[in-house]
Amino acid sequence: MGLDFSEELRKPVTEDEQMETSMLSAKGMHFPWLQKQLETVVTGGKKKKDFAQTTRTCLSFIQDALLKHQWQQAAEYMHSYLQTLEDWDSYKKQAAPEIIWKLGSEILFYHPKSNMETFNTFADRMKNIGVLNYLKISLQHALYLLHHGMLEEANRTLSQAETWRYGEKSSSQEILINLVQAYKGLLEYYAWSKKKMELSKIDEDDYAFTTKSRNMLSQSWKTSVNFCALIKTPGVWDLFVKSYVEMLEFYGDQDGAREVLTNYAYDEKFPSNPNAHIYLYNFLKREKAPRAKLISVLKILYDIVPSHTLMLEFHMLLRKSEKEEHHKLGLAVLFGVLDFAGCTKNITAWTYLAKYLKQILMVNHLSWVQEEWKSRKNWWPTFHFSHFWAKSDWKEDSDLACEKALVAGLLLGKGYRYFRYISKQDHEILRKKIKRMKKSVKKYSITNPVV
Amino acid sequence: MDLEEAKEFRERCSQCAAVSWGLTDEGKYYCTSCHNVTEISKEVISTAAIPNTKINAINRGLKKKRKFEKGWDWYVCEGFQYILYHQAEALKTLGVGPELKDEVLHNFWKRYLQKSKQAYCKNPVHTTRRKAKVLEDNLCHSDWASELELLSEADGPLESGTEVQSDFEIPTHFPITKAAQSEAASVCSGSLDGVEYSERKEKGIVKMTVPRTLAFCYLSLLWQRETITLSDLLRFVEEGHIPYINAFQLFPEEMKLYGRDKGIFAIESWPNYEEIYKSMIEIATFLDLPRFPEVTEGCYLHPNILCMKYLLEVNLPDEMHGLTCQVVKMTGIGEVDFLTFDPIAKMKKTVKYDVQALAVIVVVLKLLFLLDDNLEWSYSDLAEAYNEEHKKDKPWFDFRKWYQIMKKTFDEKKQKWEEARAKYVWKSERPLYHSHIDKPVVYKRREMVVNLQKQFSMLVDPTPVVEKKGPSSFQFNWTEEGTDRTCFHGHSLQGVFIKKGHSLITKNSLYWLSTQKFCKSYCKHVTTYEESNFSLSYQFILNIFSFLLRIKTSVLHEEVSLIEKKLFKKKYSEAKKNSSGSKKVRR
Repeated sequence: MGLDFSEELRKPVTEDEQMETSMLSAKGMHFPWLQKQLETVVTGGKKKKDFAQTTRTCLSFIQDALLKHQWQQAAEYMHSYLQTLEDWDSYKKQAAPEIIWKLGSEILFYHPKSNMETFNTFADRMKNIGVLNYLKISLQHALYLLHHGMLEEANRTLSQAETWRYGEKSSSQEILINLVQAYKGLLEYYAWSKKKMELSKIDEDDYAFTTKSRNMLSQSWKTSVNFCALIKTPGVWDLFVKSYVEMLEFYGDQDGAREVLTNYAYDEKFPSNPNAHIYLYNFLKREKAPRAKLISVLKILYDIVPSHTLMLEFHMLLRKSEKEEHHKLGLAVLFGVLDFAGCTKNITAWTYLAKYLKQILMVNHLSWVQEEWKSRKNWWPTFHFSHFWAKSDWKEDSDLACEKALVAGLLLGKGYRYFRYISKQDHEILRKKIKRMKKSVKKYSITNPVV
Repeated sequence: MDLEEAKEFRERCSQCAAVSWGLTDEGKYYCTSCHNVTEISKEVISTAAIPNTKINAINRGLKKKRKFEKGWDWYVCEGFQYILYHQAEALKTLGVGPELKDEVLHNFWKRYLQKSKQAYCKNPVHTTRRKAKVLEDNLCHSDWASELELLSEADGPLESGTEVQSDFEIPTHFPITKAAQSEAASVCSGSLDGVEYSERKEKGIVKMTVPRTLAFCYLSLLWQRETITLSDLLRFVEEGHIPYINAFQLFPEEMKLYGRDKGIFAIESWPNYEEIYKSMIEIATFLDLPRFPEVTEGCYLHPNILCMKYLLEVNLPDEMHGLTCQVVKMTGIGEVDFLTFDPIAKMKKTVKYDVQALAVIVVVLKLLFLLDDNLEWSYSDLAEAYNEEHKKDKPWFDFRKWYQIMKKTFDEKKQKWEEARAKYVWKSERPLYHSHIDKPVVYKRREMVVNLQKQFSMLVDPTPVVEKKGPSSFQFNWTEEGTDRTCFHGHSLQGVFIKKGHSLITKNSLYWLSTQKFCKSYCKHVTTYEESNFSLSYQFILNIFSFLLRIKTSVLHEEVSLIEKKLFKKKYSEAKKNSSGSKKVRR
């Protein structure tokens, strides 16, 4: 008895030991339970000061008031929340300006008694609390002004921020400076594009044309400087890149534009961004770049967003290509597009697929189709080809229904309900088409026994 | 700042390469253009001129005040004396007799200074002479200063300690002060002994803190048997009638506070009942105070009177007072010996008069209504039916109606209280800083906050601020006209009694104990309060009653349990043998 007991005791111990050693030896070891423990230790350790407690309540009251659009009340609580700027906890003191700026600007934005002047005074005060807030607040201040259509003031604020320097600025500040400059550039772009519009209305032979266009030229040079620094920094800068490229293209600097876009799309330091590839593709298309080049750009987009509308263009490019692997990919792209619920009623996609399937099966690439179909045969029938869809598709768009029916027939055979439903319909104009469809299915369906 | 004295230092700043040095008050050089502080101290450069012996002689916590900080020389205990003085003044305006300030509190404080060897003894920690001089300057409007000197001889000699310097005359412009300061390494204070004080840890001495000033106040109130309970005192503090948070603002301009003084005098929490209660006993023991004046039946602090007060406050029928008196009598908590505080007695314990009175009311409510989430509601049905039929008679007390009204009123009150707390202005107009270097920064921040506050207060409607009520020991007025709140004071308890012979006895004959078993270990708490184990009615009552006193519900629960322990002594001894659930009341 005693022996049994001791053995029983020993068992879990050895297990634990094993666990421990395995945990220690494992890479990236962590103790989730310990983490939990630690959190409670931190919060449960010391009694919170009433100051910390009441200011926290105050914060939640402000948030509550903001949520309910009680600007008056929010302003009232804000009055006492400002004390956190003098918090003795240096960490909290450092965090306070940002919180106060965010809450305060929100209140002043909506408060009926507030006006531009109050907001500006507030922003100017907040900018000067703590060195690290100046740029961030300047930028948001400028955005506020933009929102109110005060472009000139916004520009002035940005210019002020641009020239701001404080000793050794940290890297986080550097990107802010770049952002400030880029926004300035954006404002200049706006002015430029307005002028461009005006210019397009003036006759080229007009006397005013030359002066105006000269003005525009000098502007673009300034702007490019503003954009340059930012778009070299990794990040998503769609708006800036687009404007910059538009200006570069206008002045005929194709190489410059291409470089910017290529860098934006291909630099690995940048986050994955579908728009970067779209911009590049559109640019190359305008430039009439070779097909291979276009395909390589869209291939990346296909990997990121297989449902993008450009995929249909991609499909066409692949079809026109000489390479067989491109033809195969062309099929995959179509299947990929139709995997997405948002594309189920895209008639072009269905038409392409119907046509292409038939074409491929005609040249005996059955294996390509089977490869794509393998992963979809479990869910496409209910996803696309249910009886319900057959009825509603026919009712809404009989052309679409026909294309889908052909696909269904080719993939699932003539006995399948979607195909059967559509082929039974009697339609004057479509009668011929349906007949052709029946024939194709009979001949090429992948469900046909291999001859 | 001391740019003159820093002239001899000609090195370039490592940060901004400027040659523009100032001296910090620790004697280190700092760059006036980028505020970079060097590790190089002034005296290192000019050591040759300083005889070492003198440095040792002078380094005893005494400092020369800088030219730019023209302030008085003052000691930490004087700071506390100021706070106590103003608190006593505030109590006087609240209607407390002047003897409290001039005699009781004054004497307690003198005794404290003596016991902690800060004054009135042969070998005080620091020079008495300086101190008395300062006091004469500052406190001429009270008679405290003069008595200080009188008493320093009058009081008996305490044990003669080691030879400490008794009076130190330092020339005002002694050339080597900086050397002395740098040895105290980067700590400084506005008071003479701030640094030393914050580091002092003497065994057996109760050090003064700001919360302890309230303990002193309460001790004096108790001695005078004034009509202010501890919870009242703390509520007055929170409502701003008694200086406490930022009390240092009341110091004269010339008493400069910074550095370590901040840790001593700055407070970021409201006083806590339990904490003050404990320090009060601690101080009374430390001061070796004799038995306090007796708390007799006529005193405000006697449970019978306090129960009456709280019955009015919580809107319960006056008729309940007879029952609370019975409970008080049966438990013996109305006895003089029980109520009178005697710090010398073996059991150094005093009574939480306010908590105890409310606990008695809870016990009576339990006796009448059982509070098991069942009986109180069925009695309410009876009362409602009776009141419906007898509209002209004195109405029966309807627990449900009372609950509804109390719930609403207390929820509103609590909401308002929380809002007021969230709006509380903690930061003083006189900001505290660590050293002279961050002084301008702190002051600038202060100015910034004031400006921002002005801006936001302009957005607030100038609603008339009539809310500010004068201090009152009552928080509710149920008899006020024009409110839809029913006042239950005149309601009758007929419904819960039945006639038996010539006397009335309660209909309810059951009772349950708030604590079945008391904790007998030495962990100091006798019981715990796990809310979910109790009926909702009980929870509700504990919640509103403890909110009234601004104490934790567990404190009230404990007091209820202690009264039950006295009331059902026999049952508890029986419970040892067989522990059964609910017990019959023996009445």
